[in-house]
Amino acid sequence: MWAFIPMHELSITESILKIALRHAEQAGAKRITRLNLVIGELSGVVGESVQFYWDMIAQDTIAAGSELNFEHVPASLRCLSCDHIFPMNGKNYNCPSCGGSRVVAAGGDDFRLESIEVEE
Amino acid sequence: MTVQVPVVEQIMSANDQLAAANRARMDEANVLGLNLMASPGAGKTSLIARTVEALRGELRIGAVDGDIATTIDADRIAALGVPSVQINTGGACHLDASMLQTAFPQLPLEELDLLIIENVGNLVCPATFKLGAHRSALIASVPEGDDKPYKYPVMYRGVDALVLNKIDVRDAFDFDVDYFRQGVEPLNPGLAFFPLSCKTGKGLEAWLDWLRNEVKQYVSGNSG
Repeated sequence: MWAFIPMHELSITESILKIALRHAEQAGAKRITRLNLVIGELSGVVGESVQFYWDMIAQDTIAAGSELNFEHVPASLRCLSCDHIFPMNGKNYNCPSCGGSRVVAAGGDDFRLESIEVEE
Repeated sequence: MTVQVPVVEQIMSANDQLAAANRARMDEANVLGLNLMASPGAGKTSLIARTVEALRGELRIGAVDGDIATTIDADRIAALGVPSVQINTGGACHLDASMLQTAFPQLPLEELDLLIIENVGNLVCPATFKLGAHRSALIASVPEGDDKPYKYPVMYRGVDALVLNKIDVRDAFDFDVDYFRQGVEPLNPGLAFFPLSCKTGKGLEAWLDWLRNEVKQYVSGNSG
């Protein structure tokens, strides 16, 4: 049934593992205990799904049993008329401050591995 | 002893590097790559078929069709006499850069002006995986409803062109085009918008003009 779960988080989780193992090896670590990830709301990545795959793919590596810590960055917009920054939600993108409708994304694209915690 | 090791690495960097290699390969062949995305049933293959028929003898078009299974789409496009490669993702919900890379050797890239890459029908995942295409277009369709840009903002905000297909049934679905556009354009100033019907052919000419112009600009910029 695995093949039919339409989740791109499996290949993404494999990328996270690859990056973490490379940095752990460079640091001469024996074990990875924790990964600190930053996930923006607009990144299209679901933290729960990454967690779901993590234990499965990390089990035979030095990251086995490690904990995933997610820092979530909310999606926000900036009004091009008045520079007001406001959260992206609701049913329209109009600026709550001036009512302007020209806006740009101002945050929430992030998706990176910030740091790992390792045992030396 | 536990120590913290700073990493600060973008998770998608491996895919992004392959996407850049794909872009370089297309540039070498002087072919414009168009990533075509939509939910299942919006009319991706129909639009490709219409486009190929209309531009026959004018632009040399090739196609890559991404699907979870079957070669139905690639067969349909190949029947129009267009070089066509099917990628079956075997369950994956999107094309990624490595999948596109494997399709390249099966296509006569040097003999093409435009490569249309039909992504897997999905409004979520393809937005996360860059392919290296020069342009991207999203096809929405009237039966999906006018609120989709608000529900799938990641997908809608990253595209260069937006096609609204099946406008021939707009009245039956109470589709508010202004509300729909307001969900996209504020985040995508200058986005090209093409309401059309692949069934009746209405509105197709504006879409074809956009494609002609994009290919023309690309070819003159790339070789110059």
